[in-house]
Amino acid sequence: MAQDSGQQHPISIYMWIWGLLFVFSFFSYMVDYLDFQGLMRWSLILLFMFLKAGFIVGIFMHMAWERLALKMVILGPPVALCVFIVLMALEADYTFLTRIVFFGEITPLAVHH
Amino acid sequence: MPEAALTDTGDILPEGTRGVVADFSADKQTFQVPWGKAMMWIFLLSDTFIFGCFLTSYMTVRISARDAWPVPSEVFALSFGGEPIPLILIAIMTFILISSSGTMAMAVNMGYRKDRNKTFWLMVATAAFGAMFVSMQAFEWTKLIEEGVRPWANPMGAAQFGSTFFMITGFHGLHVSAGVIYLLVVAFRVKNGVYEKRGGNYEIVEITGLYWHFVDLVWVFIFAFFYLW
Repeated sequence: MAQDSGQQHPISIYMWIWGLLFVFSFFSYMVDYLDFQGLMRWSLILLFMFLKAGFIVGIFMHMAWERLALKMVILGPPVALCVFIVLMALEADYTFLTRIVFFGEITPLAVHH
Repeated sequence: MPEAALTDTGDILPEGTRGVVADFSADKQTFQVPWGKAMMWIFLLSDTFIFGCFLTSYMTVRISARDAWPVPSEVFALSFGGEPIPLILIAIMTFILISSSGTMAMAVNMGYRKDRNKTFWLMVATAAFGAMFVSMQAFEWTKLIEEGVRPWANPMGAAQFGSTFFMITGFHGLHVSAGVIYLLVVAFRVKNGVYEKRGGNYEIVEITGLYWHFVDLVWVFIFAFFYLW
């Protein structure tokens, strides 16, 4: 009994978010163009990435207006994915250190991770 | 604001966590959306796992490689007779994909307003943006291959760069290409009145939109992790 005949929202909200996406993309590009480094670089890249992703999923893909059951089923597993990603990052770092210990340094210059 | 979800006997379904319990304990269906929409979301979830695996393995390989990773802003810079501009092609590609998401959102809106002509042209515009994106990606591939990037080695840094790059952008480009075809098929069906005959239901445009926004979403992650990082 699908009764969702398509909740229509004023098109203006889509235009605003669309504009915002351009702004965030511009800022993301600036992070590289202005050659930010280190923690500032990573946190800004991730911030803009998650903001853009959030707006695309929430507004363009309509998730903000869906029922909680659908939100949980679709957004829950990616949270588990994030845990997996953290575990893999930790393991990769360990692998890197182990390789250094057993095989030695390859590039004497700072490694661009 | 959203209309209240109803059971088939007309009772209002609760919202929030009580709503989750009500939905999952329902006797006929869990999700109060058309089945096509639910299925597209579930497909996109599976696709998230696929891209998640690729991006995670790229991360793992990059962190654990002893060799220095090629610097993206150098590798992907283009010069138009002057100083190389870092990531200019990627910036344009991002711009194109975001534009396509905008035209898609408008198409969905027009679809629900039953404006078949505007829906058709907006979907065609979205597909055109997508085709532009894939062509630019193909150009980037030829440029890198000319410069000697191979899945097993490259002159700029760690040998694993090529395989991760081609695999991830290749899969994404494939999804964009499939999306372009999907968009055009649905657009022409809208134009030819196929959905009018089927009862005037234009949810298919929204479902197509979900797929297309997903393609843009994946690019947001690729852009951040591959090109900016």
